Amino acid sequence: MAISTVSSRPDPLRAAAPVPGPELALTVPSLRFDGQPLFQDLHLTLPAGRWTCLLGPSGVGKTTLLRLIAGLEPGGQLRVDGRAGPAAVAFMAQQDLLLPWLSVRDNVLLGHRLRGMPRGERSALAEQAEELLARVGLAGYAQARPATLSGGMRQRVALARTLMEQRPIVLMDEPFSALDAVTRHRLQDLAAELLAGRTVLLVTHHPLEALRLGHRVWVLAGRPVRLEGPIRPDGQIPRDPAAPALLRLQARLMDELLASAEATEPA
Amino acid sequence: MRALRPLGTVGGLLLFWQLAVWLTGVPPYILPGPLAVGQALVGRASLLAGHAGITLTEILLGFALGSLAGALAALLLVASRHARRWLMPVLVMSQALPVFALAPLLVLWLGFGLGSKIAMAVLIIFFPVTLTFFDGLRRTETGWLELARVMGAGPSAMLWQIRLPASLPALGSGLRVAAAVAPIGAVVGEWVGSSGGLGFLMLHANARMQVDLMFAALAILAVMAVGLWWTVDRVMAALVRWQPDTYQNPR
Repeated sequence: MAISTVSSRPDPLRAAAPVPGPELALTVPSLRFDGQPLFQDLHLTLPAGRWTCLLGPSGVGKTTLLRLIAGLEPGGQLRVDGRAGPAAVAFMAQQDLLLPWLSVRDNVLLGHRLRGMPRGERSALAEQAEELLARVGLAGYAQARPATLSGGMRQRVALARTLMEQRPIVLMDEPFSALDAVTRHRLQDLAAELLAGRTVLLVTHHPLEALRLGHRVWVLAGRPVRLEGPIRPDGQIPRDPAAPALLRLQARLMDELLASAEATEPA
Repeated sequence: MRALRPLGTVGGLLLFWQLAVWLTGVPPYILPGPLAVGQALVGRASLLAGHAGITLTEILLGFALGSLAGALAALLLVASRHARRWLMPVLVMSQALPVFALAPLLVLWLGFGLGSKIAMAVLIIFFPVTLTFFDGLRRTETGWLELARVMGAGPSAMLWQIRLPASLPALGSGLRVAAAVAPIGAVVGEWVGSSGGLGFLMLHANARMQVDLMFAALAILAVMAVGLWWTVDRVMAALVRWQPDTYQNPR
């Protein structure tokens, strides 16, 4: 894994280069929510270096599942490549969560700042952060304040910040939902390219997004939650949304989602 | 032009005041006109300056110490659950007492000098600063805190890097209130017992029917209060330039 052992300076391209993602297995023995069993003996495996997508009606528990993996919610057991223990993850949410008082570059370096890296070492990483900003199409915006950027640009900064963490597992909770159709399409392409090789969990409520990006697409349904599927669309990601096979899958997925919504809604 | 607008308002009021005094013929020992007050300001300048210096020292020291104590109390409340449980009720109760009622006690304990006035100002300032800063520190966007947790931030990094900067707008509100009430604390302290300061001067001027001198002292006090408020307002606005002001056009 450690490729650059010789150079003492951080390689500006290293952050963008693929970080091989491990296989991640989550087991939830029992989790209750509002007195109701939400999960019961639930198993979810994220295959190594692949995109796994979770679909389902609002409130079914997609986000809770992601939070269990992130360690933000107690009650899940994780195995990374077969070994028990917490997972080194990076996290990207629907809100960009940029800190308005920091510049774009300092936001990209936020993880290092929070882990107490001294200012001097951080400034050595600045070049790497700017390289990542260039990769997401924001060259020249390093000194800008988040408030001066559009929603799509801000979410691209969030993507750069996620990449800067160099974690082998990336968790994304509806990261493109608040964006317009064109921006969303471009960001999906960009994420697929830049996160290649990592183990990715994408929670989404867009069937087409799941089919464009997912190697495995699960539908969550019922109380306690069942995982239905997975659907495994063919071909490289990001897939062409106009491909007939994808559109057929979308129709099938829509049916499953409707059934899931009926199974999940209280009687 | 914008800076001249409040001057225009004040000038208009002064003109109205002078006209009212001329037209009604009210005696100067009841209500002197602004011209008479201006004469007192110039004629008694050295007397006023001496007392103003004392009051200004009290206000500035009271503001600085009160704000510092308030901010430290808020940090203590955030840092410790026990502090929240044991200290918060005491803080609230301390504000239920009319602080002015404590002024004679403070004079008794701390004497006629600076100490009792500064203690008075600190008592008044402390609470709004603690309360607003504590609220700001608590109401941090949970998304930021969760992101920080996933990134591996410890509790102190979360406090100093996320909660603290996010709470600066709230702290700013507290400090603005503190700047506005600091002169009240100092003057009340002087009224109860002192040997100098604008409040002391006003009491004596009032007793001797030198109402023009009283107004002159009041004018200086107003200028000092506005000056302190303006400085605090500018400094805090510069610190939280990232926060959008919905009453102004962005940038």
